[in-house]
Amino acid sequence: MGIKWDEFFVTGDPLIFASQIGIALTLIGALAGITYFKKWNYLWTEWLTTVDHKKIGIMYILMGVLMFVRGGIDGLMMKGQTAVPENGFLNAQHYNEVFTTHGVIMILFVAMPLLIGLMNFVIPLQIGARDVAFPQLNALSFWLTFSGAMLFNISFIIGGSPDAGWTSYFPLAGKEFSPGIGNNYYAVALQIAGAGTLMTGINFVVTVLKMRTKGMTLMKMPMFTWTSFITSIIIVASFPIFTVALALMTFDRTFGTHFFTISGGGMDMLWANLFWLWGHPEVYIVVLPAFGMLSDIISTFARKTLYGYKSMVISIVMISVLSMLVWVHHFFTMGNSAAVNSFFSITTMAIAIPTGVKVFNWLFTMRKGRIKFTTAMLWALAFVPNFVIGGVTGVMLAMAAADYQYHNTLFLVAHFHYVLIPGVVFPIFAGLYFWWPKMFGYMLNERIGKWNFWLFVVGFNVTFMPMFFLGLDGAVRRAYTYSAETGFGPLMMISAIGSIILAAGFAALVYNIYWSARYADRNIGNDPWDARTLEWATATPVQHYNFASLPEVTKLDAFWHMKKNDQLQPLKEDEVEEIHLPSNTWIPIYMGVVFGISGFLLVFEWTIAAAIAAIGIFAGLAFRSFDYDEGFHVHKDEILETEGIWRKGANKGVKNHVS
Amino acid sequence: MDQHSKGFPISHVIGFFMSLVLTFGAAWVALQTSLSMKAVMWIIGTLAVVQAGIQLYMFMHMNEGEDKVANNINIIYSAFIAVVIVAGSIWVMTSGHSH
Ligand code: HEM
Ligand SMILES: [Cu+2]
Repeated sequence: MGIKWDEFFVTGDPLIFASQIGIALTLIGALAGITYFKKWNYLWTEWLTTVDHKKIGIMYILMGVLMFVRGGIDGLMMKGQTAVPENGFLNAQHYNEVFTTHGVIMILFVAMPLLIGLMNFVIPLQIGARDVAFPQLNALSFWLTFSGAMLFNISFIIGGSPDAGWTSYFPLAGKEFSPGIGNNYYAVALQIAGAGTLMTGINFVVTVLKMRTKGMTLMKMPMFTWTSFITSIIIVASFPIFTVALALMTFDRTFGTHFFTISGGGMDMLWANLFWLWGHPEVYIVVLPAFGMLSDIISTFARKTLYGYKSMVISIVMISVLSMLVWVHHFFTMGNSAAVNSFFSITTMAIAIPTGVKVFNWLFTMRKGRIKFTTAMLWALAFVPNFVIGGVTGVMLAMAAADYQYHNTLFLVAHFHYVLIPGVVFPIFAGLYFWWPKMFGYMLNERIGKWNFWLFVVGFNVTFMPMFFLGLDGAVRRAYTYSAETGFGPLMMISAIGSIILAAGFAALVYNIYWSARYADRNIGNDPWDARTLEWATATPVQHYNFASLPEVTKLDAFWHMKKNDQLQPLKEDEVEEIHLPSNTWIPIYMGVVFGISGFLLVFEWTIAAAIAAIGIFAGLAFRSFDYDEGFHVHKDEILETEGIWRKGANKGVKNHVS
Repeated sequence: MDQHSKGFPISHVIGFFMSLVLTFGAAWVALQTSLSMKAVMWIIGTLAVVQAGIQLYMFMHMNEGEDKVANNINIIYSAFIAVVIVAGSIWVMTSGHSH
């Protein structure tokens, strides 16, 4: 224990003080606003207790966008600090905290929630289902992720942030070298969020295997469904490793065990080993669904079936196997034997093969297509060259011998941003522009979208391209400053200016969301892009039961073929049946809250209090076991009425195409 | 299940006897031979893996029903993951000078 109460709130830094006040005011404002507009009931019944995969998906996306703001501000602060030599904006400690929270938040609370959010919204619709396999578990996944994210985020105002990097290597991350409680936040918050992600993985494996509509064989699934399925399998295979590693970290830090401390007979390198056994597959967990979204978007706007569907499937299956076999490339320089380094060098380069196959398939899909340059498609087009830069520098890093030169420099930082931003963030933005109309019934504005696109892409390149050269010149990563003699100044300045352009691009997206919510046209029909997959075969925004009657699939690009062959069936009144759906439940959000409280107490090493709070977790489990709620039925009248409204005036289900 | 309710459950019997043989074999190797500790470990470890396989196929209906392909893929994939994590970690952690 030995927590000093006067250090409970972080004090003494004007920046943090300002955010503390800011957060307090925002919270009070939000609570007051909800109370004033009498929205508590709406919030509770429509969102907080929902088990509808579409609403859960939207909540994930909202969380991802908010966390992007937080992680982005961290990134800008770092760029501000290193813009000029010997800058005094952030001190060393503060810089350490900022790159740590930036890395963790961007990967686990931005990339993951945005992707899982889109998966949640789209996958059941694409496979013609009414929900995921376990709707209540799905809600629990969300609330655990949210709870972990909030716990991680309060670290910088209460108790202090973790500061040992997003990798939190031992011995640095151990009690001896990081005695504060900051790193406990890392161990506990990621544990909670990780449990949520693992459940999502299980849920989507079962959903894809068991919930597909009639006729949709595995080889007729849309590519996004395929990649999400493979991603879920990788989640199930790799997240338990992280769970164990974090548990051991918690034991070491809180209960005095020595799994990772050499002095006690432990092995510090084992942490790096376990971390990357999870960490590398994690990279594929974020990139594969993104690839899937691109595939669907490219084939929609090139108006052609995806080229090489089979080879795409084989590639992602190969990636899922290879991705478990490359983890050592993250620590080539830590003294492994030559055989180990050579083996992992080769497996790493081998991954470039299936990835290359995919890139060529996308190019061939576009070849001779009548491409429509919508904002969504622009992101997909920009993805190809930018991601290739990331991939090629990745193959450079894969050579163990050469890695001794690149390791720990800004070259590496540039490389992984070139993989993560074009490979994950661009596709996510593409996906938001593409599926936004399905989610909300209006499109994001295309003109603001172009601003969003150009500012972001240009800003991204100006920010990260110089880092390749800085790294080759010897600028190390995670260094809070450098001297003027190094000559890094000019490139660092260019990079900092780039990050402002990048931020402006993101601001354009946020503005677009606001503008479109207020002014966008609501009359867009159910299929505004002339798309190919089943999610476009139902109303916009999607009615809560998804499909009045479950569609039957005969071909890949099912909806496209229905449109071409005039097989869109008008709803026959006598065939409509009551639809059985699961009811809302308070248990998932309750679990999120008790996990959050218990986790918070554990962070402060008040173990007895944490154990008492954990009783609440078991209470939640018990309630769930005695919960005999059988769900409810949507009545025929309601279905007929809802269907009548969106199908009215529709040309066999298709209204005007906006392009 | 159904095909076993009729007729003599021959595969169960074989599985049962093989399990007995493997178990007593392991006990015999460990208690009655004078092999080195390392050899004993390898032998009884191997016997354990063989027996796990027998249990999966003879008793746990791995090869039956509509899910048999999925079941087999599952088991092979889990074995692959387990080997990668355990054997891979041991190899990486002990072969260099990092340990
Ligand atoms: C929004 C624009 C972004 C900016 C300006 C930015 C900037 C930076 C900077 C300056 C660093 C630290 C360099 C150093 O070592 O000193 C960094 C590290 C990192 N960034 Fe970003 N980044 C951005 C977006 C992202 C995204 C989208 C992701 C992931 C999806 C990401 C993941 C990471 C990771 C994992 C680290 C390593 C943290 C560590 O060293 O522990 N970043 N970023
Ligand atoms: Cu990797």
